[in-house]
Amino acid sequence: MSLDSKIPPGPLAQKWDKHRFDLKLVNPANKRKFDIIVVGSGLAGASAAASLAELGYKVRCFCFQDSPRRAHSIAAQGGINAAKNYANDGDSVYRLFYDTIKGGDFRAREANVYRLAQVSSNIIDQCVAQGVPFAREYGGLLTNRSFGGAQVSRTFYARGQTGQQLLLGAYQALSRQIGLGTVEMHPRTEMLDLVVIDGHAKGIVVRDLVSGEISSHAADAVVLATGGYSNVFFLSTNAKGCNVTATWRAWKKGALFANPCYTQIHPTCIPVSGEHQSKLTLMSESLRNDGRVWVPKRKEDCQKPPASIPEADRDYYLERKYPSFGNLAPRDISSRAAKETCDDGRGVGPGGRGVYLDFADAIKRLGESMIRDRYGNLFDIYEKITNENAYKVPMRIYPAVHYSMGGTWVDYNLMSTLPGLFVIGEANFSDHGANRLGASALMQGLADGYFVLPYTIGDYFVSAKQAKPSANHPEFKKAEENIRQFAARLLSVKGRRTATSFHRELGKLLWEKCGMARNEAGLTEALKRIPELREEFWKNVAVTGGNGELNQALEYAGRVADFMEFAELLCLDALHRRESCGGHFREEFQTAEGEAKRDDENFAYVAAWEYQGAGKAPVMRKEPLVYEEAHMSTRSYK
Amino acid sequence: MNLTLKVWRQKNPRAAGGFETYEAKGVTPEMSFLEMLDVVNEELIAGGRDPIAFDSDCREGICGMCSLVINGIPHGGQPGTTTCELHLRHFHDGQTITVEPWRAKAFPVVRDLITNRSAFDRIIQAGGFVSVNTGGTPDGNAIPVPKTTADRAMDAAACIGCGACVAVCKNASAMLFVAAKVSHLNLLPQGKAEKDRRALNMVKQMDHEGFGNCTVTGSCEAVCPKEISLSFIAKMNRDYGVATLKGQ
Amino acid sequence: MKTIANIFASSLGKKYIMAVTGFGLFLFVIGHLAGNLQVFLGPEAINRYGAFLQSNPELLWPARIGLLLMLGLHIWSAAKVSLENRAARPEGYAAYEPVGSTYASRTMLVSGSIIFVFVVYHLLHYTAQVQYLNLTGRDFRVFVDLKDRHDIFKTLVVGFSNGWVSGFYILGMALLCLHLSHGASSMFQSLGWRNDVYRPMMENLARVVALLIFLGYSSIPAAILFGYGREVLR
Repeated sequence: MSLDSKIPPGPLAQKWDKHRFDLKLVNPANKRKFDIIVVGSGLAGASAAASLAELGYKVRCFCFQDSPRRAHSIAAQGGINAAKNYANDGDSVYRLFYDTIKGGDFRAREANVYRLAQVSSNIIDQCVAQGVPFAREYGGLLTNRSFGGAQVSRTFYARGQTGQQLLLGAYQALSRQIGLGTVEMHPRTEMLDLVVIDGHAKGIVVRDLVSGEISSHAADAVVLATGGYSNVFFLSTNAKGCNVTATWRAWKKGALFANPCYTQIHPTCIPVSGEHQSKLTLMSESLRNDGRVWVPKRKEDCQKPPASIPEADRDYYLERKYPSFGNLAPRDISSRAAKETCDDGRGVGPGGRGVYLDFADAIKRLGESMIRDRYGNLFDIYEKITNENAYKVPMRIYPAVHYSMGGTWVDYNLMSTLPGLFVIGEANFSDHGANRLGASALMQGLADGYFVLPYTIGDYFVSAKQAKPSANHPEFKKAEENIRQFAARLLSVKGRRTATSFHRELGKLLWEKCGMARNEAGLTEALKRIPELREEFWKNVAVTGGNGELNQALEYAGRVADFMEFAELLCLDALHRRESCGGHFREEFQTAEGEAKRDDENFAYVAAWEYQGAGKAPVMRKEPLVYEEAHMSTRSYK
Repeated sequence: MNLTLKVWRQKNPRAAGGFETYEAKGVTPEMSFLEMLDVVNEELIAGGRDPIAFDSDCREGICGMCSLVINGIPHGGQPGTTTCELHLRHFHDGQTITVEPWRAKAFPVVRDLITNRSAFDRIIQAGGFVSVNTGGTPDGNAIPVPKTTADRAMDAAACIGCGACVAVCKNASAMLFVAAKVSHLNLLPQGKAEKDRRALNMVKQMDHEGFGNCTVTGSCEAVCPKEISLSFIAKMNRDYGVATLKGQ
Repeated sequence: MKTIANIFASSLGKKYIMAVTGFGLFLFVIGHLAGNLQVFLGPEAINRYGAFLQSNPELLWPARIGLLLMLGLHIWSAAKVSLENRAARPEGYAAYEPVGSTYASRTMLVSGSIIFVFVVYHLLHYTAQVQYLNLTGRDFRVFVDLKDRHDIFKTLVVGFSNGWVSGFYILGMALLCLHLSHGASSMFQSLGWRNDVYRPMMENLARVVALLIFLGYSSIPAAILFGYGREVLR
């Protein structure tokens, strides 16, 4: 299989315009004849479902939560980027494009990123019109703040709840369509398989999480907006329900999976407090605008109260190592720096896995009320979890898995290698390369859903000229049967270990061997250990209850089973990529100063993995990354 | 620390439910309430018994999925806190804790501690939006919004739709939820065009769902994890009144 | 028509009715108190006031009918709202903590019901002057002062000299105070005339006014029990 990214010809700045002209259109009266399934109701899914329904398509939207408003996009705190240049500080579409490409360590597809920067402005306009209460200046105009990896202020925000407000905007638009009858919403429903007929995606098989009923849904196109796979690490900042199941099962049906090893570790999370921990909580990166990161210079000082350590004995290591970006160095760099100091024995807090994020200077400079105004809710969250008042003592933070840049491979039209299967938002791989910049996830999710997919999907309908699918097709029946058997298999093991305990062990293994820093020996070991763990899982997992009822143990076990398989692909990809780039840091490939060393000659490509059948090694396909505009330089934030 | 839990168990909406007692042994004060339930469930599953079904997702107080009445108070009674953010340091060793689902006709129990809150979605579908399609919107700065207005709209928009307001209200009234949404959009210039219609339609749907009436006891405001003010209810009362008097 | 239907059928509309009628009754309570307190100016003042009211039936009866109508609507909306509220939670909690709410706000139905019983008794006692209900064995209807007016002063002194009657009166006023301590502010909430700035002020003002109303009304039976106006009995 060759990967055709369908990047339009012509100068970078005109590609999207030209492409939109070239895309075939569906006559408005004909749109209602096309059924579209959207799986997921986060920023990408909700915005796509609403926009497609507005255009006249018949849409069905599925989510596993009890309401589309609860998708995990809601938890994004900091903001959303847009090249508005409202701050008059020299921002432009080109600068946002360049920052994103560079932030992604030159492993993203140039044309996609440029398009993302182009539509970023429309997103803000759209959201404002929907009633998203972005922060304002006293004059009534929108205000911006700066974020990691950028030297301009281009981030729009709604207190520390930007994701919530943007999602509510998309949810409102979706709700409007549900009310109008143009979208049929299926909450508490989980997609368990993709159905492919004659090489085209033709629908999905789902399980009703309340009744346990398995049912088939046929459509002319399927859109996956099912988010990322960070929960493969067990502990991450993702919601408990986030999983890889939809994209993984699509993978097994032929949709290639790209760059799984590109996982983002967020530098500012609340450190782990114990074994029982079920998830990690992120503290918005925006805190680094005013907080200063430091650890004691000497190991002996680590257990002392921070206030007792004099200025001269503190190591503000980000400011020291990266003077021009300082505390706003990109996420991958900040995370690794924190890990290094802790590995060096200078970490603080219980277990020594933490660094200080100190607001004392900012409070002295701006006053406590100003800091409260900017970050009050984050300080509250911190206090609720740790029982510490960050106005008085510095926060303790530590990196945690946060986002997955890898995902289902898609072309410029956001279509996967399976015709008719579109993948948007975090679930695809396309825009962030090896590292995502802060405030770009919201931008990408909404760009895909509001402004890209609604154009490109029509072109597929017109060009593919596919027959109307039916849910009675034998392929659907076969898929339903497989799902039932899968559930029956899980229920019949009747072992002694819970799915959680397997998941926790898998996550720990990945965090150690394939986390912030990776090496060949560790990855090889993980690749040996994962199949063993998987085997044990299928021999000894305990799943209670039955299939025909609300059964959270069964839902979860199914997701863990997929993680058990997916983890192997993640490590395989990490092992094959013998370079360091962005979130993928291979210890063997670093500069003398410990910075990531990219190998553009050999690895400037997207690694897209193809399923070959159960028990067979996946095959890697390459999409070479060609940079027409951006110059592949070594990232430097010094 | 050790805790005794009295938990509401109910197999499905039609089945009769009842309380069962569980021991949570060796839990620590740093754990969250839900992590403690995770521990109990782990033991139940390992012992071949059905775990306690409860809703939770983000576990950082923003998705609004978690929904437990703990010792008679939705979300457990810590100010501005959801169930998932509640930590065991607020309980003492040996304490007995009663855990119940949200109780309201409009929120029927699905299983154990899980309720069906889709009534809230239907209220939003009735008018909790600005009728704009994707595309063709004016520049974000073309509509100036005074900072105070934007801040107030944000205060209302912070609602996470968890339903604690309904759960705590002695009348099972959804006024705080509906008022928060009506106010968020009615306050902003973008939402003004359909201000009357929105108030009328959302209230109509709210009544249709079988929620109770507001008797201004203020307990909703007290348990709201986002501390949404009762004054938004006054705002909705005003908007609805104006719309009604206009004969809309 | 749609407007009327909206008001009578919707949850918010019923609360408007309750608030508007509550406001009317609240004004009456204040006006009635101002009239009654003339008892402390001596028999001449209060009897003149009574004669003035009785001599204007064209005003008196519309006012009475208006008050009855308001009371009727107030009770109708309360009954309707309460029934709906009960139906909204078919299954209650095993443990329930009414956090954040005042006792007054939770007991409006109870306080209101007892006040209603009180009002009925009060009307029979002093307005209809049903003899066997005043527990003194005397007929108030025959009390006439020197100017041939109905002797209200004497009626009050005789009526309140009975401890049971006074006690019930004071209890009624205490419940009215409780009722108003919530209602006098929450009616503005129901009508949408309240916000975060005025709310604390209005809540406190409602409590003060409710207390003053209680003290004002209760001062009459209390004073009489302590001997005020006894001379007319001689």
